Amino acid sequence: MSTRLAKTGRLVDHNRAIAFTFNGKRLKGHPGDTLASALLANDQMLVGRSFKYHRPRGIVASGAEEPNALVGLGEGTRFEPNQRVTTTELFDGLTCISQNHWPSLDFDIGAVNTAFARFLPAGFYYKTFIHPRPFWKHVYEPFIRQSAGLGKASNPGDPDRYEHFYYFCDVLVVGGGVAGLQAAVTAAEAGSKVMLIEQTAHWGGRAPVDGGEVDGQPVADWVDATIAKLQGMPNVTLRNRCMGAGVYDHGYALGYERVADHTPGSDAPRHRLWRIRAGQIVTATGAIERPLSFAGNDIPGVMLASAVRDYAVDFGVSIGDRTVVVTNNDDAYRTAITLKQLGLEIPVILDARQSGGGALADEARALGIRVENGKGIAKVKGGKRVEGVAICAQAGEGAVLEEIKCDAVAMSGGWSPVVHLWSHCGGKLIWDEAHAHFRPDPANPPKGANGEGFVIPAGAANGAGDLASVVRDAHEAGQAAAKAMGHKPKGKAPEASTSEEAPMQPVWLMPQGAGIKLRMKSWLDYQNDVKVSDVQLAAREGYESVEHAKRYTTLGMATDQGKLSNINGLAILSDALSQPIPQTGTTTFRPPYTPISLSSIAGEAKGEIFQPIRKTPMHGWHEANGADFEPVGQWRRPYCFPKGEEGRHEAVNREIKQTRASLALLDASTLGKIIVKGPDAGRFMDMLYTNMMSTLKPGRCRYGLMCNENGFLMDDGVVARLDEDTFLVHTTTGGADVIHGHMEDWLQCEWWDWKVYTANVTEQYAQIGVAGPNSRKVIEKLTGDDISADALTFMGWTEITVAGIPARVFRISFAGELSFELSVPASHGRALWDALLEAGEEYGVTPYGTEGMHVMRAEKGFIMIGDETDGTVIPQDLNMDWAISKKKEDYLGKRAQEREHMADPNRWKLVGLETLEGEVLPDGAYATAPGTNANGQRNTQGRVTSTYHSPTLGRGIAMGLVHHGPDRMGEVLEFPKVDGGIVKAKIVDPIFYDKDGEKQNV
Amino acid sequence: MSEAVTPLNGARFEGLATIEDAGLTGMITLRGDLASKEVKDAVQKAVGLDIPAQRQAVSGQGSAVLWMSPDELLLICAYDSVSQTIATLEEALKGQHFLAVNVSDARTYLHLSGAGARETLAKLCPVDLSEAAFTPGMFRRTRMAQVPAAFWLDEAGTFHLICFRSVADYAFNLLKTAALPGGEVEIYG
Repeated sequence: MSTRLAKTGRLVDHNRAIAFTFNGKRLKGHPGDTLASALLANDQMLVGRSFKYHRPRGIVASGAEEPNALVGLGEGTRFEPNQRVTTTELFDGLTCISQNHWPSLDFDIGAVNTAFARFLPAGFYYKTFIHPRPFWKHVYEPFIRQSAGLGKASNPGDPDRYEHFYYFCDVLVVGGGVAGLQAAVTAAEAGSKVMLIEQTAHWGGRAPVDGGEVDGQPVADWVDATIAKLQGMPNVTLRNRCMGAGVYDHGYALGYERVADHTPGSDAPRHRLWRIRAGQIVTATGAIERPLSFAGNDIPGVMLASAVRDYAVDFGVSIGDRTVVVTNNDDAYRTAITLKQLGLEIPVILDARQSGGGALADEARALGIRVENGKGIAKVKGGKRVEGVAICAQAGEGAVLEEIKCDAVAMSGGWSPVVHLWSHCGGKLIWDEAHAHFRPDPANPPKGANGEGFVIPAGAANGAGDLASVVRDAHEAGQAAAKAMGHKPKGKAPEASTSEEAPMQPVWLMPQGAGIKLRMKSWLDYQNDVKVSDVQLAAREGYESVEHAKRYTTLGMATDQGKLSNINGLAILSDALSQPIPQTGTTTFRPPYTPISLSSIAGEAKGEIFQPIRKTPMHGWHEANGADFEPVGQWRRPYCFPKGEEGRHEAVNREIKQTRASLALLDASTLGKIIVKGPDAGRFMDMLYTNMMSTLKPGRCRYGLMCNENGFLMDDGVVARLDEDTFLVHTTTGGADVIHGHMEDWLQCEWWDWKVYTANVTEQYAQIGVAGPNSRKVIEKLTGDDISADALTFMGWTEITVAGIPARVFRISFAGELSFELSVPASHGRALWDALLEAGEEYGVTPYGTEGMHVMRAEKGFIMIGDETDGTVIPQDLNMDWAISKKKEDYLGKRAQEREHMADPNRWKLVGLETLEGEVLPDGAYATAPGTNANGQRNTQGRVTSTYHSPTLGRGIAMGLVHHGPDRMGEVLEFPKVDGGIVKAKIVDPIFYDKDGEKQNV
Repeated sequence: MSEAVTPLNGARFEGLATIEDAGLTGMITLRGDLASKEVKDAVQKAVGLDIPAQRQAVSGQGSAVLWMSPDELLLICAYDSVSQTIATLEEALKGQHFLAVNVSDARTYLHLSGAGARETLAKLCPVDLSEAAFTPGMFRRTRMAQVPAAFWLDEAGTFHLICFRSVADYAFNLLKTAALPGGEVEIYG
């Protein structure tokens, strides 16, 4: 059983205990523990079930590479699935539950799958659930969805906050082990601005566990001294609990800082995403030990040799009293020696190499440990935990030579440099035969804008072996990074311990001739249950590309992204394809290095600052007076203002009736307002609009259409000429920024020599539409200026003072009534709104919203950009030839509109549609025509573009585009409804109300 | 005449940084040939300040000139003197091709001060806000989370920040959230 050791545990405080629960069981740990070490200290070997076969799963590793030990962490709104216990710091009151089991962790019904494992090979789902086709949606998918998935989804209402931080430095060093520290010191001493980030809570990586000396002192002391030194340097920023998550173009990198995961409920943000722009990035990300592939290598108690050592030294936890070590290299001997020195039993070290190990092997033997060369594990005995191993010759097929009782197995298949960050942005790898691993290819780094590399690997991440070469390599990396930033590196690398190790020997399968029964129990990917036999099957079935084999078998597709399994898997694939490993290559390394929270990506964007809501100066009044808002871009505009029990429909009807009968106000502040000024402004306006604008007189307004260069209608609005040189362009609400950009585009890129300046003054003004027969009267109450029908004629504008506020008044009408638009500085907008409401009281004034506006313009047959237009409609389609100047030589869109398809008389054209029964046509409905098209669909001859109930006329009105529409007045069209019925509508003039415009001309 | 009100109406928050509505302020967009003597003289006459270099602000007593783009400046002056200042510009630039327009009410204007001001901004804007990189007199048009914003730093260490009026609430709440106690990054100041 696993238990706490009394004497070791350099990271834990033995004197203090903290409580936590696992599956409701109350357990105790120490400050400094990870959840993994605390679980092991409580003999909780079994921590979860695998994805496919629901096999018992225990902790395998001690760091970020852990594939098995995922738990659901926390409760309620703080619950989070798939949290790795090896990277979760223990805190008082932590609660967690194991995943993927039913009804309980110890007794799991899904584990029956393992009995059928030979019926669930690679590609099982693809092969089985393909026929019959309709079954997928109704039978297979619901079934698979139920059994698939790891962990439970988190709950809504995350109470924590998250943030981003933008940071800039010369050199970003990722990884706070010996290599990272040395690279940071070297670059910082050269004068570079350095940031050093480390994913764990501790500095020094695994060097303090493995021992050795740097600069004449024990490596742990050197780490402390170096950290102290770096902390004292003003040009260095140190950050632990901060993982280098990804490397991107132009030296951009993401750091994922877990600020408060270990102190939940504190007032600190939980995660902080560092968005770093670095000149050079040093990846000192270390190496990951590989498992060995032998039968039963997934049974709880089988762990990486380095992890067994880490738990003993760092946390004072032994995995078992008797640990069998199995290896193909010298490093695992360190585990045996460490455990033996702690007084634990090592029944045997199985060294797969016929020639055995070097100096470390001699040291082990000297301690009295039995070492067997050329031997391996035929199979591990046990179910939910290791009970013993069967020994065999590595060269053979697995004939059992001897069985040894033990309660832990420490395995080592060699070390793979962590090349993820090097690879994220295109760094290439080379295969190192001697160490049987991929390492960064110095000739092919990720390249920056200048064509030079911007990522430099250092230490074990670069394939360096012993402490001396790690320190030397890191020093060189620091020098190279500083040099690339224009700094002068100085000094030499400190001296460090060397170790003479015997060469490792690649072992991809143990024993090398293992038969199918053993291979079916030799796990490659623990989380996704991919075995040696699965990868071999994929190869036999033709999945030769490593990317295809990955997806077919799901190797490396689990939450650990194959940190332990990839190299072993592709070695097996290479063997099955009889090709060298480099020819098989690796799958693609993509960010993030380990999963980061989605909340950290969202950052501060939640709650009231989820997204910007644009508010007009009158927004507060609208809110206080029950406005029913609708989003218009990022604005919120009142759709209507329901009173009391009134529904939307009743409110809209009331607002319209009141406008037509007396007086109503519209907050039109969101309309785009752009100033166009200069000697060439008239010429520019004539190009922008289809109609003539240069002839407009100061003091007058003109409605105009704007097309893009393809001839399609993009915006409309009223232009006011302010003076000889200056126009004020009104755009649609959604068009304000787009049209301003459109103007600048043409001015900057095409007509750069025209003397025109523009300014977007949309937000400078609050704009209020005052509409209705009493609109002049109410304004006259608030001004001494003359706005009589003679002084301010229709489509004129002037400057007045209203309610003491300087204003522009435009006599324009979108509702079809006598109406004015008042434009005042935004800071006075609310005051004017209040004044108009007060003055309008005697006329029963009402505010009206966007829906009332839409209905009233439709009653008048006015088009709306986005309703009558959809990016494929030209002004001619809308019978707006009157707004297209025949005199002008050119305007944007003119030539496009002369093209054959645009001038085609068969284009659908705008008409009014009057339903025979008075009902409202469905929005977007199509008018059917006889026959079917090539696809067997009903032919169509028109469609509805706007449709409303008109309270003025007491029936449904609509506009639509109809084939030869204007020539077919009086014809009845049929519009099928989604629910099956048909609405019949007569083609009529689109102007339903006050065709002669008498209402607005008073 | 009614009293003009800013969208934030004097709002203030004290956290890691102090965030406050800077109140009604005159702002004039001036577009023209910034290299010309005429524009230089006109700006001098209008606000008594020189034309700033790229990404710089020139500040005076209650006035400033901000570099917006190669042909655009933003002039800061008293809210009540905008008409007069524009008139001065128009007089001085008579016959020149230029545009001077009042945008005082189009924006919200905030002051950001205190030890945490740099960190607060660095959580929201992709700008190097280290003391070595962002020095007094610098001006930057940038993005603040999801909205456009611009800011400059004065000699006293106060950041002057402007963004559009319609997003005043969003901008204030953003800065407030970024300045909440507990969010110290402990990297600047």
